[in-house]
Amino acid sequence: MTAAPDFLPVLPEMFLGASGMVLLIVGAYAGARAIRAVTWLAVLALAATAAILLYPAWTAGVTRQVSLFGMFVTDGLGVFTQTLVIIGSLLSLLIAMRFNEREGIARFEFPVLVLIATAGMMMMIAANDLIALYLGLELQSLALYVLAAFARDDVRSTEAGLKYFVLGAVASGMLLFGASMVYGFAGTTSFDGLAKLFAGGGAAGVGLITGIVFISVGLAFKVSAVPFHMWTPDVYEGAPTPVTAFFSIAPKIAALTLFLRVMLQPFGGLFGDWQQIIWAISVASMAWGAFAAIAQRNIKRLMAYSSIGHVGYALIGLAAGTAAGVRGVLVYIAIYLFMNVGTFAGILCMRRNGKMVEGIDDLAGLSRTHPALALALAIFMFSLAGIPPLAGFFGKLYVFMAAIDAGLPVLAVIGVLTSVVGAYYYLRIVKLMYFDEAQGAFDRPFGGEVAAVLLVCAVAILFFIAWPGPLLNGADAVAATLFPG
Amino acid sequence: MIVQALAFYAFAAVAIASGVMVISARNPVHSVLFLILAFFSAAGLFVLLGAEFLAMILVIVYVGAVAVLFLFVVMMLDINFVELRQGFLQYLPVGALVGLILLAELILMFGAWVVAPGAPQAAVAPTPSTLSNTAALGTLLYTHYVYAFQTAGAVLLVAMIGAIVLTHRTRPDSRRQRIARQVARRREDTLEIVKVRPGEGA
Repeated sequence: MTAAPDFLPVLPEMFLGASGMVLLIVGAYAGARAIRAVTWLAVLALAATAAILLYPAWTAGVTRQVSLFGMFVTDGLGVFTQTLVIIGSLLSLLIAMRFNEREGIARFEFPVLVLIATAGMMMMIAANDLIALYLGLELQSLALYVLAAFARDDVRSTEAGLKYFVLGAVASGMLLFGASMVYGFAGTTSFDGLAKLFAGGGAAGVGLITGIVFISVGLAFKVSAVPFHMWTPDVYEGAPTPVTAFFSIAPKIAALTLFLRVMLQPFGGLFGDWQQIIWAISVASMAWGAFAAIAQRNIKRLMAYSSIGHVGYALIGLAAGTAAGVRGVLVYIAIYLFMNVGTFAGILCMRRNGKMVEGIDDLAGLSRTHPALALALAIFMFSLAGIPPLAGFFGKLYVFMAAIDAGLPVLAVIGVLTSVVGAYYYLRIVKLMYFDEAQGAFDRPFGGEVAAVLLVCAVAILFFIAWPGPLLNGADAVAATLFPG
Repeated sequence: MIVQALAFYAFAAVAIASGVMVISARNPVHSVLFLILAFFSAAGLFVLLGAEFLAMILVIVYVGAVAVLFLFVVMMLDINFVELRQGFLQYLPVGALVGLILLAELILMFGAWVVAPGAPQAAVAPTPSTLSNTAALGTLLYTHYVYAFQTAGAVLLVAMIGAIVLTHRTRPDSRRQRIARQVARRREDTLEIVKVRPGEGA
């Protein structure tokens, strides 16, 4: 008989999944009365998961540990990004609560789906096998498709859900095809096995390269990198705003981590083969994210293009393929998390006469009607543009530095140029808020949770420079474990 | 040996023939029935390969559930299949071309097939010789692949939640029988006795 596997490393994921199921039952029995209670319990469950995840790391430190017959890996990269994903989901749930109630789409399945999606993201981050990767990815994607169509009486939301579902299924098919090619030519799906196979940097056959290309296509779709970004603006615009906030943060962090892990661990030995792919999609994403965003009038579409651009910057770190590059990516996504949650919390406040408004022009004169909100949004916009003392600047700085150190100055130069273009539309929002005629006030109150999230994110972005140690050291330590020796 | 070969050719021929009939039958109900025949033949092929469990699963899941579902859909939805079918021949050349290209790609790919050094050793699960098919699959599924198995279960759960979230509606206006309310109904709530004096009515 085979001994029972050690399930302890999977405890955070199991806890999260189980609490999702418990909350499902609670919601089903208690009905509409319990929506708010279920949401708060979901927030609590996320916090508890973070505690379960971080407690062993805090007391014993993180050592790489492979469990469940090589399917699951616990390492620094996993713990670091899983924590970020949990924070992202938690903040998204907080800002979604009031919105759903006001829009009449409050249902207890919302927090349950967010919990299960988060569990899926944590599993894909911790995948150590192509099968585990695919299942985790599908678990999160399926929950996200449903969330995109959550406002089911709204045509745009339904369309967003359907579009996301169809294109997501195509991308999953690509990834699966690539995985089957890799399995067919390498004979194993295990990341450790693949890493061993490619360790010498020996020549990989055409079949393997095809497989890797298809896997990267699937992953590039999930992180919405150009040229696989077509779904992003439509889905971001159509989905309910808190769902958009969630989309732009947690799944993106998880997919970027997966990208890092797949490229650096199993296919690390083939760096020379895939570097050019990453290089190309990074440049394309930065350029398209910067130029296509200029013409946008809808703030959610604008944020969609902005997120495409930011993925491009983050991928610079992967293209560098060094410890410094990985550190850059990790710092970047951590800072990006707070900038984006904050911006979307601000967008959720854009409500006039009981209806959400989404035009950029609706922000005009915000500094006179809501000075605090305008200040917070201005901080986020400056940070997204990468203006020095704010956190967003450091995110870009580290990836650009890594690119130059790795001998990719062209990539860094393109990055700087596109962020200058990008600065135009971020700063235009600041100009609208501070120098244009007021359009009339937004509805009050915004809700305590939204205000709290805005405050926390603004403070984190503003004062990152004063206390950058924990994030930088954490990212440093994680990156060092990926590149031993 | 000869019986096996005969059985193989019989099953394979029936599978291909019924596959052709699925797309060429005029009546969609006949198409689904031919699809079921194709599934059965494929199950026979699996049995010949020594994969009894897969054969049974194919019959139970595909014939028992999926094909019956197709039948329901075909019979219940009012789809004009004649109209859908128009222009079918028109697309045939393009379809054939795509098929040819795919075939060429497959041939090219298998031509390039090289077993990577060390690949057989890296394979997780060697073929068992002492266990029966079902037992071997079960042993693997609940040990090595328990994580994948459970995750697949979670994916199905999400699909179920999603279907309910997106389609289930509460209908406050539907008139359902509520026994508790019927029982709790008292005479005072509904009956009112009005004394009408003669000659004062309107």
